[in-house]
Amino acid sequence: MDFNQPADQNLFDRATVVGKPHARIDGLLKVTGTAPYAYERHDVIAGQLYGYPVGSAIAKGRIVAIDTEAARGAPGVRSVVTTLDIEPLGIWDYNVARLFGGDVVEHYQQAIAVVVAETFEQARAAAALIETTYERDDIDVDLEAGWQRLQGTGEPSTQVGDVDAAFESAAVTLDEMYHTPSQSHAMMEPHASIVDWADGGQMTVWTSNQMIEWNRQSLATTFGIEPDRIRVESPYIGGGFGGKLWLRADAVLAAIGSRAVGAPVKLALPRPFMINNTTHRSATIQRIRLAAGADGKLTAIDHEAASHTLPGGRGENATAQTPYFYAAPNRRVIHHLVEMHLPEASDMRAPGEASGLMALEIAMDEMAEKLEMDPVEFRVLNDTQVNPSDPSIPFSERHFVECLREGAERFGWADRNPTPGGRREGMWLIGHGMAGAYRGHLNLKSGARATLSNGRVVIETDMTDIGTGSYTILAQTAAETMGLPLGRVEVRLGNSAWPVSSGSGGQFGAASSTAGVYAACVALRQQIAERLGVEDPEFRDGNVIAGDDVTPLAAISEELSAEDSINFGGFQTEEYLMATFGAHFVEVGVHVATGETRVRRMLAVCDSGRILNPITARSQVIGGMVMGTGAALSEELAVDLEHGFFVNHDLAGYEVAVHADIPRQEVVFLDTVDGVATPLKAKGVGELGLCGVAAAIANAAYNATGIRVRDYPITLDRMIDRLPPV
Amino acid sequence: MRAFSYERASEPAQAASRAAEIPGAKFIAGGTNLLDLMKLEIETPMHLIDVSGTGLDGITATEDGGLRIGALVSNTDLAANERVRRDYGVLTRALMSGASGQLRNKATTAGNLLQRTRCPYFYDTAMPCNKRSPGAGCAALGQGAFSRQLGIIGTSDACIATHPSDMAVALRVLDAEVETITPSGASRTIPLDEFYRLPGDTPDVETVLMPGEFITAVTLPPPVGGRQAYHKVRDRASYAFALVSVALVRQADGSGRVALGGVAPQPWRRAAADAALPDGANAVMSRLLDGASPTEENAFKIRLAERTLAGMLAEG
Ligand SMILES: Cc1cc2nc3c(=O)[nH]c(=O)nc-3n(C[C@H](O)[C@H](O)[C@H](O)COP(=O)(O)OP(=O)(O)OC[C@H]3O[C@@H](n4cnc5c(N)ncnc54)[C@H](O)[C@@H]3O)c2cc1C
Ligand code: SF4
Repeated sequence: MDFNQPADQNLFDRATVVGKPHARIDGLLKVTGTAPYAYERHDVIAGQLYGYPVGSAIAKGRIVAIDTEAARGAPGVRSVVTTLDIEPLGIWDYNVARLFGGDVVEHYQQAIAVVVAETFEQARAAAALIETTYERDDIDVDLEAGWQRLQGTGEPSTQVGDVDAAFESAAVTLDEMYHTPSQSHAMMEPHASIVDWADGGQMTVWTSNQMIEWNRQSLATTFGIEPDRIRVESPYIGGGFGGKLWLRADAVLAAIGSRAVGAPVKLALPRPFMINNTTHRSATIQRIRLAAGADGKLTAIDHEAASHTLPGGRGENATAQTPYFYAAPNRRVIHHLVEMHLPEASDMRAPGEASGLMALEIAMDEMAEKLEMDPVEFRVLNDTQVNPSDPSIPFSERHFVECLREGAERFGWADRNPTPGGRREGMWLIGHGMAGAYRGHLNLKSGARATLSNGRVVIETDMTDIGTGSYTILAQTAAETMGLPLGRVEVRLGNSAWPVSSGSGGQFGAASSTAGVYAACVALRQQIAERLGVEDPEFRDGNVIAGDDVTPLAAISEELSAEDSINFGGFQTEEYLMATFGAHFVEVGVHVATGETRVRRMLAVCDSGRILNPITARSQVIGGMVMGTGAALSEELAVDLEHGFFVNHDLAGYEVAVHADIPRQEVVFLDTVDGVATPLKAKGVGELGLCGVAAAIANAAYNATGIRVRDYPITLDRMIDRLPPV
Repeated sequence: MRAFSYERASEPAQAASRAAEIPGAKFIAGGTNLLDLMKLEIETPMHLIDVSGTGLDGITATEDGGLRIGALVSNTDLAANERVRRDYGVLTRALMSGASGQLRNKATTAGNLLQRTRCPYFYDTAMPCNKRSPGAGCAALGQGAFSRQLGIIGTSDACIATHPSDMAVALRVLDAEVETITPSGASRTIPLDEFYRLPGDTPDVETVLMPGEFITAVTLPPPVGGRQAYHKVRDRASYAFALVSVALVRQADGSGRVALGGVAPQPWRRAAADAALPDGANAVMSRLLDGASPTEENAFKIRLAERTLAGMLAEG
């Protein structure tokens, strides 16, 4: 199905299943511990052995020798394969560091060996016996130094009007520096795979991955084999947040191990590997300059940012939202990539905007204060309905102002004390803050197969459910389209044997894959109509209705199957700018003595097209708010400048928010639809929920204390010297 | 994890003598710290003596009106004990601020005292660490190292790690003593202020316990009364070790005692600082933290300790 123009009124505008609050259909499996996650798939193949990885102890250099003698002789060990034993493996398009092979070390804990043994304990114990000799190279892991080098250089990615002139003539200006630290996805389930490549022929991979087809392609490139020889299964994923977009060392080492021992091998990355072996969100340094007239209208926005990457990578472009979010006739945007020798920086939930808004939305708060304006009104005043960097392009839908107004109303924003440090309850300074949220919307081609059998419809697609609710919303889409109750739809996901979908990432998954399932169901409806010899029938209440002719779907005895995908036309990006919007409102308490900041109340209002299922969508947004709380107050991958690695590489040291950090959370979805986006008029929401949260907390902490912290996380040591006497 | 042999001890004296007899033997109680360290091969015992069957899980009154806490009493049971809650409130509060419900159910009194540091470099076997491998150097003191959590006083050029226990800070402010049995069967009583050793140039030696010496109980003197409080300061509201923690016992006349956690290789208390309590937080901390040598990253702990105590005093 080609989607070449905005959707008109269609069945989803009269929906009875889509958009309704259905509990997730895989919920029972999850709460009973029976959903088959990769590492526990004991039943898929007999004779599984255990792999354990060894990582480099240096950040950069060369491996001179690896002594595996003791490991090979250890109890239960079947094989040890080191990176010196094999030629450098291929590197797929979106991977940066080599996953295995050769003597070059590009980052700390890059995989350098795998041990395969009969038990997990044997493999781990043997891995500890491996002795490696290195030749160290000098490293550079100092982002600040990189910023100093690159600041003011390079070609802007967006340059509109005359920024310098605008600043010279502005009534009010702001020029501040902001820092965000590197962050870890820290999802619950580690990267884990079982690989059967026993005979070196067909490779079967049971894994935990967000993107089945990318995974298959990258395995093919890595091992230099035909993709057709590879099958990938990943039906359940214990969180990804972008960390499982890519092929990582778990599957690669399991494959190598399997090949070496001639048996299937399972391997999960230990937690420290998830931080230094896999990817993370890069730290950023950002300089933001804003200029405005006395009326509060922005006249110029100048955003310059830097992030780190291994040579050839993408870093974290914190300027992603700046070309689009607020109106201003003059604008300059530039992002510098600083090549450094930390582990591989890559995408993490809302890459770009998440970090960018952490800074920009503090800057907006500061600017509002300078202008003596309410921060909500300041944002309303600077709203735009067109791409401000190219005003000929309208937003497909943009209801940012409604988000701000609705949020302010529900939160009781008018009742706050706008004077910083002006409210105290016992030992707590109370503050309120808000921030805007912006995240671009993107679609990817997405396919599915729909099969009618005995009055039930089975959907098969390589789409993944990373905990987001894909199973449920795809079933709802099929039920709606086929006129069936939800209980008569079965959804099968995460298998490369099935049609290629968008996969899950970049908040494109829900919108793209539901459209793909819709396309497949429309194709199936067409087949059913042909089979029944009717034209344009209606599918309702389990029946096919053509005039007086009513045929129950259950009465169709033969199995009918159709496959299709949704192809999104160029009009979406050529004629429109698609994005999602939100507003976050937060109340915090800052302990007057210690400076500990605790969130007391949070509200999000989201404008992201049709909400396919308010339960699963709400889970996404509150999850984003939790992640944003961690980003604001505690999450930081600490860099050791001498050794070039992230030191706090476990869940004790890398502090995500815990239950005790999270107060009452309220989420409001505006009743908006976006016909430009998909036939279901839906857009992403999973990343939007994170965008802006941290800045709202930062602004609330400022309101509480009068101390402006521009460096994240906002820990007490950044405030302690400026807090009032106890 | 290295392979190890395992036995269960049923008597404290037997546990101690076996531990001295068998090379590389270690006690295991709740296992919440030891097993984690064994998995990482930071601890590599060749033999484990499971002491959970030694029957030391009672809390009983002592003759002088204090309390004897069996070495195997779980952190949960200790925190919930009626007498502890009534007479030694600082202990309950400290325990409840530590770890998580599940861990406290398993963690024991002796195990808690002997838990090892949370210095992140200690946990990374690719990094030099004098505590793990004597003489290897200290990564936490390297150029550009991450030392925000680490110690500011009582530390040395060889090691700046802290002792991470919350319970021990409360026990220190309560003047607790540790009762042990040695491999030869002798009992001894060690005041908690003499129990931990400062690192000096042997940070691997953390207590005065001799090889095989087994902790049987912790005793508390008769209740000291007063208002008892424990404030643990951390970046998130739960499930984190203290940046700084303050245990306070304050009498109606303003006198009292103060101990600090999160700043030193042992729960940190000084008589001169206690004596200054009537004069306020600044007077206390200038004595308690006199001689501190923080790193650039953790210098804030000095301010923080003072402000935390000031806040506790302000609360009455
Ligand atoms: C995730 C996590 C978070 C935590 N957070 C906190 C926190 O916030 N605050 C806090 O204070 N603690 C915290 N802890 C530490 C926890 O309190 C300790 O792990 C626990 O108290 C150890 O007790 P155990 O009985 O399990 O000791 P084990 O692990 O069994 O033993 C620890 C040590 O004590 C020795 N030992 C045990 N019993 C005896 C005995 N009777 N005589 C002599 N030696 C003995 C063992 O040989 C071993 O060396 C945390 C732990 C974890 C895993
Ligand atoms: S501070 Fe102590 S524990 Fe930490 S690395 Fe140095 S020697 Fe090891």
